Amino acid sequence: MVSTDQNQRKDVDVAIVGGGPSGLALAAELKRCGVGRVVVLERETSAGGVPRHCGHYPFGVREYGRLLKGPEYAARNVDEAVKYGVEIRTGTTVTQLHAGGRLSLTTAKGLETLEAKRVVLCMGVRESTRAQRFIGGDRAQGVISTGALQSLVYLKGMRPFRRPVIFGSELVSFSAIETCRHLGMRPAAMVEELDRIVTHKIIQPYLAVRGVPLFAGVQNPKIIGSKTVEALEFIDAAGVTQHIETDGIIVSGRFRPEAALLRRSPVEVDLGSGGPAIDQFGQCSDSAYYSAGNILRPAETSGWCWREGVVTAKRIADDLSSNGKPETGVARLVVTSPEIQFALPQRLTRSDRSGGMDKMQIGLHEPVNGILTATVDDRPVWTSPLNARPVRRIQRPLHDILAANDGRDVKLSIGPRR
Amino acid sequence: MNELFDVAIIGAGVVGCAVARRLTLNGAKVVVLEKASDVLDGASKGNSAILHTGFDAPPGSLEQACVAAGYKEYLSVAADLKLPILKSGAFVLAWDQEQLSQLPELIAKAHKNGVGDVALVDREDILKREPGLSNTLVGGFEVPGEYLIDPWASAHAYLLQAMANGAILRRDTEVLEGKFSNGHWTLETSSGPIAADLVINCAGLYGDIVDERCVGETCFTVTPRKGQFVVFDKAASDLVASIILPVPTKKTKGVVICRTIFGNLLVGPTAEDQESRTDASTTREALQALQARGVEMVPGLDTCEVTAAYAGLRPATEFPDYQIRSLTDQNYVCVGGIRSTGLSGALGIAQHVVALLGDQKFTGVPIADPALPDIDRLSDYHRRDWRNAGNGGIVCHCELVTRREIENVMNGPMPPSSLQGLKRRTRVCMGRCQGFYCTAELATLTEGHFKVPMGVEHGEH
Repeated sequence: MVSTDQNQRKDVDVAIVGGGPSGLALAAELKRCGVGRVVVLERETSAGGVPRHCGHYPFGVREYGRLLKGPEYAARNVDEAVKYGVEIRTGTTVTQLHAGGRLSLTTAKGLETLEAKRVVLCMGVRESTRAQRFIGGDRAQGVISTGALQSLVYLKGMRPFRRPVIFGSELVSFSAIETCRHLGMRPAAMVEELDRIVTHKIIQPYLAVRGVPLFAGVQNPKIIGSKTVEALEFIDAAGVTQHIETDGIIVSGRFRPEAALLRRSPVEVDLGSGGPAIDQFGQCSDSAYYSAGNILRPAETSGWCWREGVVTAKRIADDLSSNGKPETGVARLVVTSPEIQFALPQRLTRSDRSGGMDKMQIGLHEPVNGILTATVDDRPVWTSPLNARPVRRIQRPLHDILAANDGRDVKLSIGPRR
Repeated sequence: MNELFDVAIIGAGVVGCAVARRLTLNGAKVVVLEKASDVLDGASKGNSAILHTGFDAPPGSLEQACVAAGYKEYLSVAADLKLPILKSGAFVLAWDQEQLSQLPELIAKAHKNGVGDVALVDREDILKREPGLSNTLVGGFEVPGEYLIDPWASAHAYLLQAMANGAILRRDTEVLEGKFSNGHWTLETSSGPIAADLVINCAGLYGDIVDERCVGETCFTVTPRKGQFVVFDKAASDLVASIILPVPTKKTKGVVICRTIFGNLLVGPTAEDQESRTDASTTREALQALQARGVEMVPGLDTCEVTAAYAGLRPATEFPDYQIRSLTDQNYVCVGGIRSTGLSGALGIAQHVVALLGDQKFTGVPIADPALPDIDRLSDYHRRDWRNAGNGGIVCHCELVTRREIENVMNGPMPPSSLQGLKRRTRVCMGRCQGFYCTAELATLTEGHFKVPMGVEHGEH
């Protein structure tokens, strides 16, 4: 805990890095809780985050009781924050996190530093790239992420190609079809390396409705094109080489936290999630830092991130007003099965603070049908059946695990069903 | 254009750019003819971005002489040309007994090549200095004088200095035929005829073809050798400080691991002979093998994210050495077979060309106080524009590229004609998100500048 003494010389009470749904909701809630100076640092020229360029429904139903498109939702989040007295600084890039809540920033005017009592990391996610998926072939122009496509289409009214192939089959990959249609682009195919679509099967008929053929279980994808994309080649599930003529590739999904700032920072990173390791209060290994939203894990809906921002704000407000309650140690929630990509919170703080999260979130590398078990010193403290797939929302109660926390690591593993 | 140039240089790769600079500074009126729509579109597009001492070149070879001279000149002009350099030093490492047995011979060769500070280092000392290396290494020696450099800025700076002192660059200009008569050359190109007293073939991957087109014969055949590379995210650059070089064996050329001047970590290249002079495609199999080899040598790479992958084509020939010849009776020089050390050797090659020309007269006199190009250093190890006031704000967040840096390049003397060219000049879209965040803004900033636009506006919406 940061002592009151240290807190007195700070520039702001809370600095939030990233002005997307979680950061803006968190900032507004902090103000509603009576926290003094709250500033959101946004590197883009407008705040709002990824929904700014998601020109489709549905956003905002639970937050505002209205069905909004992404840009309307982003604007609403900005308006709410401003209304409650949040200061939003756009065009402001945080270049380094320092111990105790000191930030190095750069703007068009050059360098500055900012000291905050608490810093909240809300940098969100991005899609993984062509290289991260080892898609071979030529380095032709016209290979972009769904995010880049959406920002071209919805922010600039531009289309980069006419008949792209969509690589990936997550929810965002299907959303790419709608983005294409918005400016008259007609996807030539959807291509997935796994043997079925990644998102829920119930969505698959949509491909037929839109006339987009699906190739699942493909191997060795290769982009062809000397200057611009001309074709995608791959071996299909039947072992036949397919050559699909196309003028662009949308590399979609497989979200990764935008967590480069955490390198050489005082904040510990969880290799599984790719984001900061947090405790049940959203607090990081340096107690001046908190985190919320999709940087914690790839990837949830904007509504989820918004609510995560709100509950984390309450925890921070409580922390700031309590002058620090004594902690009695931190244990770790350690993932020991390779099927599990991440489990958060990664840190289990022993504290009599109330208001922490009551559920843990789990992400999988591969489909699982078994028993999830938490053990302390090989002694099971909690079990739960688990039948789930990757890129799904998986939550389990945290209560028994927190109660069993005696300072020793809690191990989370998957075993067979009895 | 009926202007008579002193020299027409065919090919704007790193060698053509260096020769253009040297001859311009020596007083020649130079035109550089590039068949692609941007410079550095061939062999100079992808390499390992190292300034080599030339310690391992065959002693007595032309390559050794050019690399040694090029290395020396590079260090002397780097500050003036604002070329970022980082003296990382290199280790040549042996991973088995066969490689270990070759080390003394390699060290002796280095000393013969005048690289006197090359010395054997104890295995334990190597691991102490490079704790990120796998302890499966069995021995090695160090080459303290090896540097990390910016492969594109180097060539750009040579050409921009030439242009700032009067040289002309003609892009989209492929030489189709050359005729030498009455002491003058007439080159028929895809964008009209060019007249010059002297022709220098620096066509790299097309060196033999240009020879045929100009003088009707060639003394080598280019067999492109592809090298694929994997680039890891900046976090990986904490794992190893030195350039890690392999011991070349009969079985394999081996794989280099090194930081880049831009703060990433590079693993590569492969060495694949092929017929195509244009196919710089990557393959999943090779990239995954490089990643695996990287992890074997530097186990910490296991948890590091890959940022990008690329391949370069080296203009190898049937000969081990450079193939540089001057046909004095035809005022023609061919600079061929610059197979893998072109970046380190370019300035030395330019000196060698001047020596070959001997007392060939140009219309001008050597420039006493040549103008210097104004380019932004893009190095992660030097002060970048994002630290300065008035930078216009950051456009590419991964590589911290400012609006001013982009505008300087777009409005400069050699603006890019494609996104690829802009990437090489500014590093936009070269980082971990590969354009997820900045593509839309770049599409606006570059509207009307690129042959293939990043996006076209749609009237109906």
